Amino acid sequence: MTTPLIELHEVTRRYDEGPPALNDVSLSIAPGEAVAILGPSGSGKSTLLNLVAGLDRPSAGTVTVDGVRVDQLGEAASAKYRRARIGLVFQFFNLLDDLTVADNVMLPAQLAGMSRGTAERRATELLGRLGVDRHAAAYPGRLSGGERQRVAVARALMNKPALLLADEPTGALDTASGEDVMRLLTELHADGQTVVLVTHDLVLAERCATRTVQLLDGRVATDTALEVLR
Amino acid sequence: MSALSRVVRSGVGRKRVQTVVIGLVVMIAVTSAVLGGSLLAASQGPFDRAFDQQKGAHLSAQFDPGAVTGTQLAATAGATGVAASAGPFRTAQVELIDHFGHPVPPIIVVGRADAGGTVDRVVLDEGRWATAPGEIVLASGDRMRFGRGVVGRQWKAGDTQLTVVGIARSASDTAGAWTTPAQLAAFAGDGPRTYQMLYRFSAADTAEQVSAGRTAIEKLAPMAGSVSWLDIRRDAISDTILLVPFLIAFGLLGVVMAVLIIGNVIAGAVSTSTRRIGILKALGFTPAQVTRAYVGQALIPAAVGAALGVVAGNLLMLPILAQTNQLYGTNDSGVSPAVDALVAGGALALVALTAVAASARAGRLRSVDALAVGRTPQPGRGRWATRLTSRLPLPRPVTLGLAHPFARPVRAVSIVAAIAFGAAAVTFAIGLGTSLNRVQEVEDLADIQVNALHEKGARPGPREPEPFDDPAAIEQTIAGQTGTGGFMGVARSEITAAGISGDLDAVAVTGPDSARYYRMVSGRWLTGPGQIIVSTPFLTAAGKEVGDTITLTSHGVAVPATIVGEVFNPDNDGMQVVTDIATLRVAEPELVPSTYYVSVLSGTDIEAYTDSLKAALQPEGAMADELSHGPDEMVIIVNTLTGLLSLMLIVVAGLGVMNTVVLETRERVHDLGVHKALGMTPRQTTAMVIASVVVTGVIGGVAGTAVGVLLQRTVITEMASSVGFRLPSSVLDVYGSGELLLLGLAGLVIAVAGALLPAGWAAKTRVAVALRTE
Repeated sequence: MTTPLIELHEVTRRYDEGPPALNDVSLSIAPGEAVAILGPSGSGKSTLLNLVAGLDRPSAGTVTVDGVRVDQLGEAASAKYRRARIGLVFQFFNLLDDLTVADNVMLPAQLAGMSRGTAERRATELLGRLGVDRHAAAYPGRLSGGERQRVAVARALMNKPALLLADEPTGALDTASGEDVMRLLTELHADGQTVVLVTHDLVLAERCATRTVQLLDGRVATDTALEVLR
Repeated sequence: MSALSRVVRSGVGRKRVQTVVIGLVVMIAVTSAVLGGSLLAASQGPFDRAFDQQKGAHLSAQFDPGAVTGTQLAATAGATGVAASAGPFRTAQVELIDHFGHPVPPIIVVGRADAGGTVDRVVLDEGRWATAPGEIVLASGDRMRFGRGVVGRQWKAGDTQLTVVGIARSASDTAGAWTTPAQLAAFAGDGPRTYQMLYRFSAADTAEQVSAGRTAIEKLAPMAGSVSWLDIRRDAISDTILLVPFLIAFGLLGVVMAVLIIGNVIAGAVSTSTRRIGILKALGFTPAQVTRAYVGQALIPAAVGAALGVVAGNLLMLPILAQTNQLYGTNDSGVSPAVDALVAGGALALVALTAVAASARAGRLRSVDALAVGRTPQPGRGRWATRLTSRLPLPRPVTLGLAHPFARPVRAVSIVAAIAFGAAAVTFAIGLGTSLNRVQEVEDLADIQVNALHEKGARPGPREPEPFDDPAAIEQTIAGQTGTGGFMGVARSEITAAGISGDLDAVAVTGPDSARYYRMVSGRWLTGPGQIIVSTPFLTAAGKEVGDTITLTSHGVAVPATIVGEVFNPDNDGMQVVTDIATLRVAEPELVPSTYYVSVLSGTDIEAYTDSLKAALQPEGAMADELSHGPDEMVIIVNTLTGLLSLMLIVVAGLGVMNTVVLETRERVHDLGVHKALGMTPRQTTAMVIASVVVTGVIGGVAGTAVGVLLQRTVITEMASSVGFRLPSSVLDVYGSGELLLLGLAGLVIAVAGALLPAGWAAKTRVAVALRTE
């Protein structure tokens, strides 16, 4: 049996008073899987993603990713964990407006201590692979939504992460750009990249995921393996 | 509660850092302004105020008891122009011996039954007035300085035991000590005795008016001597005038700093609230209501800060006023309510004006524009800096931080200005203190003074030091002492100079090391006879320059001399001529030194050296005394104030930086979240935030240091010029290159200190929260 890449065990996350955002969730994701976390607003999708990314800590339970107990990491260790193992793609891209496309892509590697020359070579390769290399010297503000998300994916892949986490990656895109990003994610998964998508877009889930996990009121409602449409 | 009040209250509560910074900045600004304002008030005509408070004597006259009768003296009270009089008081010159057994230079002791009266109301600093025989009250001021604990000590006048019962001040400088009339009559000795009469005239503003009064009195009783209050006033003012330019400079620095920081804090608070203003306007707030809301938000902490600042200023001013009272001879008991009101009112008006100006602009924005204004800097600004710094061989978080100030150039300039003022304050303070200490050092160049032993039983009263019988033997003894660093013999004489009215002091020097006891302003030291060195006031009065010749007259003999150098020498108000002893021997062949000034080698125990020299000189009939190098009262006041005000200005500068970095961090919180999501560690975040103030800190530090040096030179030069002197380079050039480097780095230290707290907050910011912040 393959060792899971992600393992959540009886995870609960509670904010102040009121019902927990995640309630006693247990979940395993194997390497190479493409999993879509689905659910309506407030179901706990983003909370789950934040816990896996080490952006937040559970109130109870354990989160293990690639053999690392993420729930036990301090701030610095958590940053280093993200740097080494996680690639994050956001709905609104979160590119830094005052850095060029190339500088945005290089940033995670440079934060990890990679030299500028090496980072530049890796960024050029990634931007070329994702078809946005002609924009390397441009600023994100001049790019279309789809191009920005491609740049964001390039940045997420910069440190060759074990896991790519995407939070509503097509949520801010027009249909054509959304299609473009879906194709890109499918290709990445096909190349062996483990992908976890958080979305409420069923089309995206069906196109890119091999498995869907439906959350409802902080609990896993369904966990379904899909026949991937390509 | 109205909607406006709610908005103000929530604004004050929500922006806690800004609220605290506004309160602290206003408190410190008000404290420094109260100090500066009070000192300015205390320095406004301090002599005139003290003179008025004490009903000072316009004329202090001495009468020979053998030449006038009591009736004649009484009649002078009715002389033309006399408005009030006091006396006659018996006076005597008395040589006192202090409680350590040391002789005190001869002083005038006046027999007065009480300190009050219509003229010369003497103020007791300590103790009480003399009421019984055997009691004496000593005068403080220029004539003598006393440490604590003199009152109650036993002094002596000849064989008479005297208890010091008080220390008192007379603005008219009418005595060196006071005792009861009976005690005065009982003093032994047959020295000069006079009657003292003190007069106030109905008009005494000019020398002519005082002279007319004196003439009117002399018609009724012949005078033995008199002192005009105008002469005492001139001396007193020249002693204290040095403080005024310093205080004005520091007061202005404090005010400008306060304006800058308050402006920065308020304008920053409003600019980050533009979106909130948009929401308020969308809800129906008028531009006027928006302005009122933000003025209220600024005025609440400012009012608290101003109140605390007034209290702090008043408390800090008390010990300083005690010192200025000593220095000026005034009786100021506390900060004037007018100063408090003016400073607090001015600070609050400034806060209100800045808030109105900043919020009125935001209030005029259309709601839709205000709502559209993002919290991050306008894209495109400072990208060149980002590109440039990304090429630097430094860790990426550092290069990212270095480029931050260029995204908001106006804010960066305000930080630079805040840091520059802080650095300028430190530089100015250190320079001013060092300069004033070096002025003091000019008077303390010698360690020991050697004079001939006084012969006992001679006439009482002040005497000039007596010439040595065998100066060569004295010089040989001094030179032979272990630890002697150098010495100079001095003979004093009186001369006149062509173009200058009245007699002048002539100091005739001898010995191989005379140059070390003076500080040159221009020209060179004496190389032989026929040359003189003078001070700036002499050159001004004679209309001469270095290199010119002038004819001196000594004992009726014309002595031509060349002015070879200008020296900083405040003795005798600068009207003193220094020359080689051979120059004056043309007219006074018998002239020999009467004093030797000796300096010891570095590391020598001065007390042991003095004792050893004393013993060696005794067979030569000479005495060695260690010279006191205690710091001058004014230098202590200036150094204390300089340190205090500098510290406050540095704190204000640091708060200004902190406030701006807090704003910057808040505005960049989303980017910060992105950085952290991509793997930026807390340490890297801290480095990035601190790096963001490095450029501004360095620029501010360098600019501030330059301004501080310029300010120090200007103020010091102005201070000296106001009393007619030019200063030597040793007093002006007080900064070494290492010191300047450190001072330049002070800006960086202020910036980093100010950024530390927000950097810590940035490092602790939770990524998930930061990413949600839009």
